[in-house]
Amino acid sequence: MGRLFENGNLALFRDGFLQTVEISALSALFALLLGTLLAAFRVSPVPVLRVFGTVWVNLFRNTPLTVLFFAVTFGLPRLGVHFASTTLAVIALSAYTASFVCEVLRAGINTVPVGQAEAARSLGMTFGQTLTQVVLPQAGRTVLGPMSSVFIALPRNSAIAGAFSVSELYHFQQTMTDLGYGIFLIFFWVALAYLFLSACVALFFRFLETRLAVAR
Amino acid sequence: MSGSSVLYDVPGPRARARNLILGVLAGAGLLGLLWYVYRSLDDANQFSAAMWDPFLYKNVQERILTGLLDTLRAFATAAVLSLVFGALLAAGRLSDHKPVRAVCTAVVQFFRAMPLLIMIFALYQSLFTTAPFWGLVIGLTLYNGSVQAEIIRSGINAVPRGQGEAGYALGLRKSQVMGTVLVPQAVRSMLPAIIGQLVVTLKDTSLGLIITFPELLYVGKWIASNSSTPDGYPYIPVTIVIGSIYIILCLLLTALAKWIEGRSRRGANRRTSAAA
Repeated sequence: MGRLFENGNLALFRDGFLQTVEISALSALFALLLGTLLAAFRVSPVPVLRVFGTVWVNLFRNTPLTVLFFAVTFGLPRLGVHFASTTLAVIALSAYTASFVCEVLRAGINTVPVGQAEAARSLGMTFGQTLTQVVLPQAGRTVLGPMSSVFIALPRNSAIAGAFSVSELYHFQQTMTDLGYGIFLIFFWVALAYLFLSACVALFFRFLETRLAVAR
Repeated sequence: MSGSSVLYDVPGPRARARNLILGVLAGAGLLGLLWYVYRSLDDANQFSAAMWDPFLYKNVQERILTGLLDTLRAFATAAVLSLVFGALLAAGRLSDHKPVRAVCTAVVQFFRAMPLLIMIFALYQSLFTTAPFWGLVIGLTLYNGSVQAEIIRSGINAVPRGQGEAGYALGLRKSQVMGTVLVPQAVRSMLPAIIGQLVVTLKDTSLGLIITFPELLYVGKWIASNSSTPDGYPYIPVTIVIGSIYIILCLLLTALAKWIEGRSRRGANRRTSAAA
């Protein structure tokens, strides 16, 4: 098993792994912020914002991630927008994942008992207050399960970035294959890295669930 | 109260005015954004006739059509195989024999945690160097089959326990309880989730681009890089055309799922979450 990690290949593997972690973490952050904003748009009393949220979600949820990567990699430079390939990857991944986060949160908002929002309203809270102080905190807790599958999928999806010149784990797999190492050996190590990542995310969410669970 | 949300009061005159102002401001902002996008596309000559000319060639149109057909062929094969694989795995996970259960659980967990691209690439490099179609389809089958297995398993587990118990009390064997009692009831509730996963399968066929399977996106890239126009290579028009085709296909499948969900909205009705 050791043969793969000769001639500084271990450093390549480490760099690829860290790059995967970096773009996944950044995209997770932006997707969470953007997704929450979109969910707020989709339930807001302003029709224009509702339409915007709906269009965004339908557009990005139904576009293959590969097409999004294709669009940002080949499209944006033609408009005079030049970013590093990692930034482009984060843009594509966050825009895509945000639409899933939005849908999960919206489903969560619908599961919060009606009485909660009614109580908030009867206290004179505005829409913003009702949403941010009463409904969203409860909705966030109830959707931790579906949310965890969205965020476990994120490092997996980030593999596509490797095909668009980001040097992360898939890129490592490609490079090593070109160098002629055994495909199953490479697959084993790359698979291990991804299993480790998704286990970490799953554990993190399980930790959150035990900390934040609401008895109902 | 018709059509009103629980999150805010039915707007009175002041709230209506405020919402109107907010709406107008947000609308103006969004229109400005759209205008900006349009301007920058236009400034980069992306709307010039020359850029869109390639789509008028019969050759290009035929390439798009064959690409679309190849995408659909890969999707259909992967969909059928993944459902079969998923049903087998689900049966294995619900088995009474512990070793079978353990093996199937391990398989499901492993393939669900693997990035599809890593698997497809490994399959392509090791077994299917000359047949990217099968590399793509087998990869899609392994991943989506595992997800479908979980959907099917949770669907069967969600049938009220009394149903299965009543079947056993009547003296039915396990296969009979499954086939005549549990599965027919479970199918109705899990169809939307299954179709939702099929949408994912359809979207993931675009990974064929990376292992040079000539599906829709690959064809798009070929068109963009092979038709030089006075305004440069038409990557953006190609993205718009190919992207819209994917979106339309996915929306059609989603509409089918919604239609089935609406039809089966009798009895217990559960919420299903989207898969990423």
